[in-house]
Amino acid sequence: MTVDEIKIGGLGASRRRVEDNRFIRGAGNYIDDISLPGMLHMEVVRSPLAHARIKSIDVRGAYAIPGVRLVLTGELLASRNLAWMPTLSYDTQAVLATDKVRFQGQEVACVVADDPYIAKDACEAIIVDYEPLPAIVNAEQSMAADAPIIRDDKENQHDNVVFDWEVGDKESTDRAFAQADLVSEMDLHYPRSHPSPIETCGSIADYDRSTKKLTVYLTSQAPHLHRAAIALVAELPEHMIRIVAPDLGGGFGNKVPVYPAYVVSILASILLERPVKWIEDKTGNLISTGFGRDVYLKGQMALRKDGRILGVRMHTVSDHGAFFSDAQPSKFKIGLMHSAFACYDIPDAHLTARGFYSNKAPGGVAYRCSFRVTEAMFFQERMVQGAADDLGMDQAEFRRVNLVRDDDFPHRTPFGFLTDSGQYGKCLDIGLEAVGYEDFLRQKEEAKKNGRLLGIGISTMTEPLGAGNSREYDILGVKMFDSAELRVHASGKALLRTGAKSQGQGHETTWAQIVAHELGIPAEDILVEEGDTDTAPFGMGTYASRSTPVAGAAVSMVARKIRAKARKLAAHLLEVSEEDVEWELGRFFVRSSPDRGVTIQECATAAYTNMPDGMEPGLENNAYYDPPNLTWPFACYIATVEVDPQTGVWDVLHMVAVDDCGVRINPMIVEGQIMGGLTEAYAMANMQFITFDDEGNCIGSNYMDYLLPTAWETPGFELHEVVTPCPHHPIGAKGIGECATVGGPAAFVNAVMDALKDTGVRNIDMPLLPDRVYEAITERHDVSGVPPVRTDP
Amino acid sequence: MTSLFAEVSPGSSSEVPIRRITTVVNGEQRTVDVEPRLLLAHLLRQGLKLTGTHTGCDTTNCGACTVLFDGAPVKSCTMLAVQADGHEVLTIEGLATAQELHPIQEGFKDEHGLQCGFCTPGMMLSAKALLEENPDPTEDEVRWALSGNLCRCTGYQNIVKSVLWAAAKLRSQAPPDQAEAENSEES
Repeated sequence: MTVDEIKIGGLGASRRRVEDNRFIRGAGNYIDDISLPGMLHMEVVRSPLAHARIKSIDVRGAYAIPGVRLVLTGELLASRNLAWMPTLSYDTQAVLATDKVRFQGQEVACVVADDPYIAKDACEAIIVDYEPLPAIVNAEQSMAADAPIIRDDKENQHDNVVFDWEVGDKESTDRAFAQADLVSEMDLHYPRSHPSPIETCGSIADYDRSTKKLTVYLTSQAPHLHRAAIALVAELPEHMIRIVAPDLGGGFGNKVPVYPAYVVSILASILLERPVKWIEDKTGNLISTGFGRDVYLKGQMALRKDGRILGVRMHTVSDHGAFFSDAQPSKFKIGLMHSAFACYDIPDAHLTARGFYSNKAPGGVAYRCSFRVTEAMFFQERMVQGAADDLGMDQAEFRRVNLVRDDDFPHRTPFGFLTDSGQYGKCLDIGLEAVGYEDFLRQKEEAKKNGRLLGIGISTMTEPLGAGNSREYDILGVKMFDSAELRVHASGKALLRTGAKSQGQGHETTWAQIVAHELGIPAEDILVEEGDTDTAPFGMGTYASRSTPVAGAAVSMVARKIRAKARKLAAHLLEVSEEDVEWELGRFFVRSSPDRGVTIQECATAAYTNMPDGMEPGLENNAYYDPPNLTWPFACYIATVEVDPQTGVWDVLHMVAVDDCGVRINPMIVEGQIMGGLTEAYAMANMQFITFDDEGNCIGSNYMDYLLPTAWETPGFELHEVVTPCPHHPIGAKGIGECATVGGPAAFVNAVMDALKDTGVRNIDMPLLPDRVYEAITERHDVSGVPPVRTDP
Repeated sequence: MTSLFAEVSPGSSSEVPIRRITTVVNGEQRTVDVEPRLLLAHLLRQGLKLTGTHTGCDTTNCGACTVLFDGAPVKSCTMLAVQADGHEVLTIEGLATAQELHPIQEGFKDEHGLQCGFCTPGMMLSAKALLEENPDPTEDEVRWALSGNLCRCTGYQNIVKSVLWAAAKLRSQAPPDQAEAENSEES
């Protein structure tokens, strides 16, 4: 009688994905696939200079081109109080430049025309007269006493400082350092990079004059958040704004912020009373939308001879570009940087963080990470390897000595977070066994005799995922809960909607699995919809690995509400009191007579056809979930590499990932997320970075300069799992989408540095390009900072 | 409305220089008037409403716009529509028949070879070209054949497995005499 949970596609089933049915046919519905009657097309004129005063903008040439409908400049926007908009980090950002341009690629004007070719032609015909100003391209220049003030638009801004923030206990940390046998130091840089989904950003604004309703199709990871932001900027009431996020061609944090061209397309649609479509080109995406990282660290670790870490100091300097538009909801200025060292038992820690403006693209998005957690864990694991080396201790053993033990939960982290569960030692053991640790160390020594450089790198970390509890997290004041609405029809088939928004994670598949787990309704009988603010319940969207921890929990909770009502219906149908009714998956039965039962589908039918007297008809409900804590998955990543001393090229020999993300809803999808994350980690370590020349020209403005790994370079991965259920999540799940991007880079870098250990080189900053590795080997010195821009002589 | 492309109607005229081209798309002959500068990707997407061909990067790097041009994979964002005059184009919409999916499509679903789905059409068409030339590729051969198509979601491992899955299925579907011939070659 019992329903087989795996057969109905419940929890733990590697159910094949529902959304694939359209994607494999080319029938996905991405933003550029949408075409509305009478739709016009918008293109953006961007600044070629990083810092310049705008003397004049001549748009006459654009209007001379047939098919051009409207040219929008900062002046036009200013007349409607739209030239500037608030950012998610309580700064302001120019929509279209009025006074100055502050980074290369900044939006200066927009053209709306009958087709995109005409709009692009017209952009070329606009003449902007610039007076160049000195460009500031790194934080060191920003903090110089005589540096030009980038944000002279702000009344009280007399320098280029964005924030100066600290956390932890300086005095107790000083005491810990005074007691140390050894202090290990490490200066590191996490280079600027870009999430770069293959699909760029875009919007289609459609203002209906007769109803006064604005519909915006938007590449949005957070449709309700964007509705709130657009209501604020456009001063429209939110019930008259409908955001529709169609299929997204990847997001990785890039589609969280509100971008200027979204706002301009909305204004254009209101002025022209026609739909206006803007599809960003790749260069626009890479040079103007939210970047990730760009943080420098001075790290210190106080160590005891026996290997115990007594205390940690972290001093970060971050470069935020021209506008402080970090897309992050925490109350902490540098995001969750202070989640560093959460997996280690360290009594004292102190962190200072200083943020600076520069003439670079604004942003600071959480690129496949939970708000600066990627930097935190990279710094942590590089410092850990440096400390192990300084102590002359085996890197695995050093971790084992300091990792939080299974019976130490709940555990207060060095900076005050509360972790709740994990089996860190077990994950490390599985990883070491899978990679063949002892064997590899022997092989490495053997290879050395033949002049070959082998190395092994470990990265262990727990990270905070699933923002977040309403005490410490909000965006524009809105708490970071999420939501689900479930409608079970009379047939027992159901419609589920959530406030999250899949961009490849497979929510249409996995949310149905949670409902199947809670109610026993086969997953194939549950349709999942997301992305339309007129139909989806209010939620804060998908980023920071928060979907499963927050929206996924809401799905569970709404299904339980449905089950509670179904129990009453079952009692009515079985003619017993509710207390005598028992539940097994998919079915209620009479406790004393288990053969007498009704299925959940029969209860659903009764909800519409045969409810008891006094009961409200229907079987629908919603749930809003405010998580009590973040979820803390753990990961152990181990890479082995061989470095070619003749070229500096390094190859991955073996990559092992052990992930503990609690209960896995769909193991196939979890593994897909991990492999994708490992590839981005490999990309960061190996090739992927954005830099700038002295004039602020972005190097990395297209896929010829911004290198992403292909199938050819990307190594294979070996995955292992440990399951420690999350104690506060309804189904014991933890976040997973970003673990590998967060923890992975240090494993690769540690492996290369391990291979180079005998050269005395302690650090090469990412990316470990062959010429940088070669320089380190031959010159026997560290290679630090952003790779220089090499121009042909 | 637009001068860039238009299905031909008798007596139409335009001041913009246009070229009339005839191309076979997914087995169907299409005659259209296009501006000489119109890209093939845009003709397919906006002109012929075949939106399964995606444009990702504009610089021939990402491969999302890959179509088969007389059977060979090309990046349609870097070809002019006029170059397709007199040629055959296969897009993702032409991969499945009305009755069934192509084994490559089945393979991508079965082996979880896609996540956001944006690179998938181009990826599958590159795979089709490979498998027609080499029905039994090694993993390295698959990786090399797909190295012109970028994916940000999957890490490629499952894409490679998907293509190998499809290769195995296609080989098992090959007519008996052909399969026997292959077997005898191997032995």
